[in-house]
Amino acid sequence: MVLIQVFLVFTIVAAVIAVEAPSALSSVISLGAVGFGLSIAFLWLAAPDIAITQVVVEIVTLVILIRATIGKGVTEIQGNESKPMLIGSLILFGLGAAFFANYLSVFPDFGKSAMDIFSNAPSEAYLQFGLEKSGGTNIVNDILLDFRAYDTLGEASVLFAAILGAITLLQKRVFYEEHKEGVE
Amino acid sequence: MKGMSNIVKTVTRWVAPFIVAFGIYIALTGHLTPGGGFPGGVIIAGCFVLITLAYGKDKVEQVLGLKTAAITDSLAALSFLGMGLLGCVLGKAFLGNFIQSGFPGEAFELLSGGNMPILNLAISFKVGGSLFVVFAFLALFRVIEED
Repeated sequence: MVLIQVFLVFTIVAAVIAVEAPSALSSVISLGAVGFGLSIAFLWLAAPDIAITQVVVEIVTLVILIRATIGKGVTEIQGNESKPMLIGSLILFGLGAAFFANYLSVFPDFGKSAMDIFSNAPSEAYLQFGLEKSGGTNIVNDILLDFRAYDTLGEASVLFAAILGAITLLQKRVFYEEHKEGVE
Repeated sequence: MKGMSNIVKTVTRWVAPFIVAFGIYIALTGHLTPGGGFPGGVIIAGCFVLITLAYGKDKVEQVLGLKTAAITDSLAALSFLGMGLLGCVLGKAFLGNFIQSGFPGEAFELLSGGNMPILNLAISFKVGGSLFVVFAFLALFRVIEED
């Protein structure tokens, strides 16, 4: 149990470095370190599905970030915080900490499932009837594609809409670029 | 974008079919072992990203055009929706597992889990196509310098 805490501390340190790093490339690389630390933590917590997804998405995102953003006019946001902003963010941080402390009192211990605390948790029914009702032996996929397939449909449509928006925004640039090349 | 050195190109040529096969395997056996449609699709998209980086823009247009990827993406999303509507017609509810209730398969077999393998494949094609389109739009075309 100590090893996973080492990985979590490593992840937090990498996340802080990613925010504070001077260059965009080192930021992106420490972001990759965050992802891989998280995936090892998921593997340690016996969640191979999420670990696989995390590793794969991390690799593709790293490639896209390096290929698409590095050296291509990354704008730096500058400016200093004013005093009311600082007070407001401190108040919000305090409220969040209070709610989180309240939440921790009912939260199960690290690595324990909700079934150990609540007697009628829905995950119990999934484990009991998952194979019988959906026929798949991977319970995570049973839940994703059978019991909660509506959520997966929503996720797919969110992805679709996000990519539609991204293409609509980037298409103008492509047309402009072609037009400019034609003029030259 | 012209692509990389001969070493990278040769290694890519050897490795790319295995990456696609592994992605399809992850997606196809998602209902039996850890994995599923989403990671499988991302692996397939990663293979085309590798081909793009190694060979350049023109080669990947022959393998998988942008239009083909976009059509695959949309068709996969529509087929997911179609399976849901079929569940409405043939089964009890929207996205209901009508194949499993009609023809239950043996556990740990490839053809089991009702319409879960079909939905897994649909999700993998959707994710693969859309991620490749996003990569192509972000990386293939030059972004205008700020002037």
